[in-house]
Amino acid sequence: MSVDLYRIDDRLIHGQVVVGWGQALGVAFIVLVDDDVRGSDWEQELYRMGVPPEVQVVFAGVDEAAHDLPSWVADARRGIVLTGDVETMRRLVAATDGAISQVNVGGVHYREGRKERLRYVYLNDEEAQGLAAIAGLGAEVSAQDVPTGTRVPLADFGR
Amino acid sequence: MSEPLLGVVLAHAEVAAAFVEAVRAIAGDAHGLTAVSNEGCDRAALAARLDAAIGGRPALVFADMPGGSCAFSAAAYARVHPEVRVVTGVNLAMLLDFTFHRDAAPETAAERAVRTGRQSVAAILAPPS
Repeated sequence: MSVDLYRIDDRLIHGQVVVGWGQALGVAFIVLVDDDVRGSDWEQELYRMGVPPEVQVVFAGVDEAAHDLPSWVADARRGIVLTGDVETMRRLVAATDGAISQVNVGGVHYREGRKERLRYVYLNDEEAQGLAAIAGLGAEVSAQDVPTGTRVPLADFGR
Repeated sequence: MSEPLLGVVLAHAEVAAAFVEAVRAIAGDAHGLTAVSNEGCDRAALAARLDAAIGGRPALVFADMPGGSCAFSAAAYARVHPEVRVVTGVNLAMLLDFTFHRDAAPETAAERAVRTGRQSVAAILAPPS
């Protein structure tokens, strides 16, 4: 498939995504799925600043992303689909009927109420349940911040 | 300007602290520069960290890259704080120059920092043998 990574990362488009994963996978497009950013021209402009001109950036709401996912999967180029939180990814996985088989948890940082699961993954109970729900929808969930890092299966950090 | 500009270096990992330490080593003092790292922060936490560092003062934020979480947070902050400006691609030359020109308006200081920073990027060619 040409979407090589479905990633949850609360920093959205940033160095680890563009340089770390983008270079390693040779991606030609990044889809940022976020209802708020989809409605904000100035935020979109800022996120574009961090991406090389040869990489296309697509901004989509969850419903749009669910609708357009087949075209991204069919794209001959390689791409990344990114959400900023667990719930957005859960909604996307639920709305795409088994099209997403793997989800990468790349960065969910400390916030009050969250408990440390990994150095770069902090989850509250609701978010842990959300990841379990994604797994229940048929997607394999694992955590890995950078391509050279260790891939950690959900069973080892999600409980 | 009644109050000299604060300089905030905002970068990944320990880069910001290293820059401020380098300025201190060269200039003898940090001269109004402070370091903020994005380590362990989501967007909201980094915004709070930046807000605490600036504390409502006029400031120039030096972000490490023109994109990513540091530049994004700084730009979002400056959007609602007109006394704050942002430059990206921080380097030591622009920081050293800034420390001695902190009485400028934020806009002017930002333009100067970009100019100085760009001038300091050069290929040093090997001398003819």
